[in-house]
Amino acid sequence: MFGKLSWQAIPFDQPIPLAAGVLVVFFIFGVLTWVWAKGYLPYLWREWITSVDHKRIGIMYCILALVMLLRGFIDALMMRSQQALAFHAAGYLPPEHYDQIFSAHGTIMIFFVAMPFVIGLMNFVVPLQLGIRDVAFPTLNSVGFWLTAVGAMLVNFSLVVGEFARTGWLPYPPLSELTYSPGVGVDYYLWAIQISGIGTLMTGINLVTTILKMRAPGMNYMRMPVFCWTSLASSLLIVAAFPVLTATLAMLLLDRYVDFHFFSNIAGGNAMMFMNLIWAWGHPEVYILVLPAFGVYSEVVATFSGKPLFGYRSMVIATMAICILSFTVWLHHFFTMGAGADVNAVFGIASMLIAIPTGVKVYNWLFTMYGGSVRFSSPMLWALGFMVTFVIGGMTGVLLAVPPADFLLHNSLFLVAHFHNTIIGGVVFGAFAGYTFWFPKAFGFTLDERLGKASFWCWFVGFYVAFVPLYVVGLEGMTRRMQHYDRPEWHPWMLVAALGALIILCGIALQVAQLTISIRSRERRREPTGDPWDGRSLEWATPSPPPTFNFAVLPTVTNEEPYWTVKQQAREQRRLVTPEPHYESIEMPRNSPVGFVTAFFAFVTGFSLIWHIWWLVVLGLVCAYATFVVFAWRDVVEFDIPAEEVARIDRANRQARADSLRELAR
Amino acid sequence: MSTEALRAPPDPRYPGHHAAEAGAPPQLTGHGAGGPAPKRIVVGYGFWIFLLSDVIMFSAFFAAYAVLFKNTAGGPSAQQLFDLRNTAAETACLLASTFTCGMASLAVGERSQKWTQLALLATGLLGLAFITLEVREFVSLVSRGAGPSRSAFLSSFFTLVGCHGVHVTAGLLWLGTMMAQFYAKGFRRDIRHRFLCFSLFWHALDIIWVGIFSLVYLVGTLPPELLP
Repeated sequence: MFGKLSWQAIPFDQPIPLAAGVLVVFFIFGVLTWVWAKGYLPYLWREWITSVDHKRIGIMYCILALVMLLRGFIDALMMRSQQALAFHAAGYLPPEHYDQIFSAHGTIMIFFVAMPFVIGLMNFVVPLQLGIRDVAFPTLNSVGFWLTAVGAMLVNFSLVVGEFARTGWLPYPPLSELTYSPGVGVDYYLWAIQISGIGTLMTGINLVTTILKMRAPGMNYMRMPVFCWTSLASSLLIVAAFPVLTATLAMLLLDRYVDFHFFSNIAGGNAMMFMNLIWAWGHPEVYILVLPAFGVYSEVVATFSGKPLFGYRSMVIATMAICILSFTVWLHHFFTMGAGADVNAVFGIASMLIAIPTGVKVYNWLFTMYGGSVRFSSPMLWALGFMVTFVIGGMTGVLLAVPPADFLLHNSLFLVAHFHNTIIGGVVFGAFAGYTFWFPKAFGFTLDERLGKASFWCWFVGFYVAFVPLYVVGLEGMTRRMQHYDRPEWHPWMLVAALGALIILCGIALQVAQLTISIRSRERRREPTGDPWDGRSLEWATPSPPPTFNFAVLPTVTNEEPYWTVKQQAREQRRLVTPEPHYESIEMPRNSPVGFVTAFFAFVTGFSLIWHIWWLVVLGLVCAYATFVVFAWRDVVEFDIPAEEVARIDRANRQARADSLRELAR
Repeated sequence: MSTEALRAPPDPRYPGHHAAEAGAPPQLTGHGAGGPAPKRIVVGYGFWIFLLSDVIMFSAFFAAYAVLFKNTAGGPSAQQLFDLRNTAAETACLLASTFTCGMASLAVGERSQKWTQLALLATGLLGLAFITLEVREFVSLVSRGAGPSRSAFLSSFFTLVGCHGVHVTAGLLWLGTMMAQFYAKGFRRDIRHRFLCFSLFWHALDIIWVGIFSLVYLVGTLPPELLP
């Protein structure tokens, strides 16, 4: 009846996961009870869960990422403390648990922190910057988000029901084959990533179509903000790379479930084919993450330097060059496979080439600051911290791209330090810069600057304290994923690295405090004009938070910085220069529960596939299909926002802006 | 408010490039810059992007098949297994179904309920015939001891061809709901957009089948001395 599922799946004999699981279940139960008791449930259902508004969905993506960041960071703390303790000792984490922790840490941080964070920012910002009302396919957007959320939930379910993979964040065969990993851990990984991967693909298709087909009148390609360009590049990479991931993981699933032989070491299977296929997705994936972050930095640096971005065209060319080059370097993840000197040399040189467009970007940011009046607000601090950190990470990357050097450093902690250097210094800093930068746009009040800066310094310093030691021990030969070790020269470095993790913990605690305190004092922090940072692109032309329809009238774009141009003229004349438009009623897509319902059935299907509950698999699929048919049958797909309502919202914002201009005149 | 006030300043960053005058017709500013495209274009374009991603997924299965083609592990090879007559019949069914699907598009253009339903029914029946032939081939292979677990070559063969078959099956489900929607709701605009996507999907499956039939079946039945 319940396949492989029985009471044995609950880890009663392992205190750590059990305690963590019970705590999480109580916490979720508590939150749900609170929501229920306060009567927020109808509001949540109406305004958020069924919302197809790109801004709401973007915010939900970011919330998912922040929550999962806490989970992934707890894993990191456990790993650092285990390695600090496990010198000539067993530590407190048994090997089979430690293996699950590093696998879960990588999986969660890449798929359920970094991905949702950048996708959330793109979702929120891109339509606003393009001057339009929503993405191309609003309901599909909701489906994509909920599928991602369900994938995250499956991974976290494995904490309490069953186990997670012990195979690392990419399940290399033959270890991940059924022969060597007979438990449900790898299946949890595979189905969680398959489900969330489909959601990501949907978002990619949606954003490509939005950016290429739905820009405001007059916004040609060379007038798009750089964040839109990097979002386009990232979305194109999603469309081109994620199908490969789906296919590769499908092959591994077939190996595990129905005894196929793609990657097995009998019957002609080829395990190295998995490395080739997974990295044909995996290397573009790191650019999917970092390109939107580059876009955030471009917006932030230009805004806080009070200058247009230096070298806009070279920035666009560099972005698209990275987009293409990212598909030509996958083999550098396994130079040690033995493909031969020629092949390794080609991929080594291709890898080094990527440093060129990236270098162009760094110089562009530096020259944007040069001669500007730089304001050191917290988004700018993240951007500056990024520039220093990412350049170091890039240089160690160029070092690893030299095949002979890679033979020595492959799978050592030097590699671990390198990719954390680029992903924390590049993606995470970028996500936080974007989070502080656009938070006032999303909610209408600013975040506390003092705590934000303190948090930045903790992250910045903590990062170096945590990861420079890993470079050192990596050069000394310490390999990754060691549950214990007996080399005395590594031990002090491991203690320092653990201290670094604690400093980052302070940074995270300060961020939590920043959010809580800012929400509590939000009335004091209201920002009536919708433009708290003296912004340059169209999102700052809207009220904060922007109304459902974003723009009362679609803006007409005449140059690269349409909002800045109008704002400068308004400042010179001390009054609004655009006349009040003629307001018309606006049609917006209706909310729909189809995303939530489909994702629910996807969860049921995924869970029952993991536990071999076949009747439930069929039921889940039939219900998901039925949901789509019901959705296809609906007659009213849009609702009208009357012209008076549009006028009321827009006039209020115009009034606030006119007031601030008069303030300027005084 | 004079137009003078709205005139964009000259652009100092690009010598020779002046920002366009405010109020200039936006159509003159380049591709896709005339404001959001109409719904039909957006829907069709988005679906094209999806199809491209689907083709990339198939390309991964094609690549796996090419890598594992010779890994028969002492079991039967493509030459011993494939029956080109069956493949020819499958191909005929699928190509004919693409023709009838095109007919359905014309009928939708003419708003003819009768011919739309008939053409879609014919498309569905031909698709069903294709699936039946494919399942028969798979069953016969398995019964001859050449199932997907026999060798890596057969694993990749069943996956590649089977993935196409799953797509056709999903297409048949979609086709059924398409017929029902036309019947129940008529030729509404959003349903015509969905039909546009369906016909793109169906034709794309044909293109993939052309790849399968040439690279898997025709190459597979070449005499061994002609194989690379």
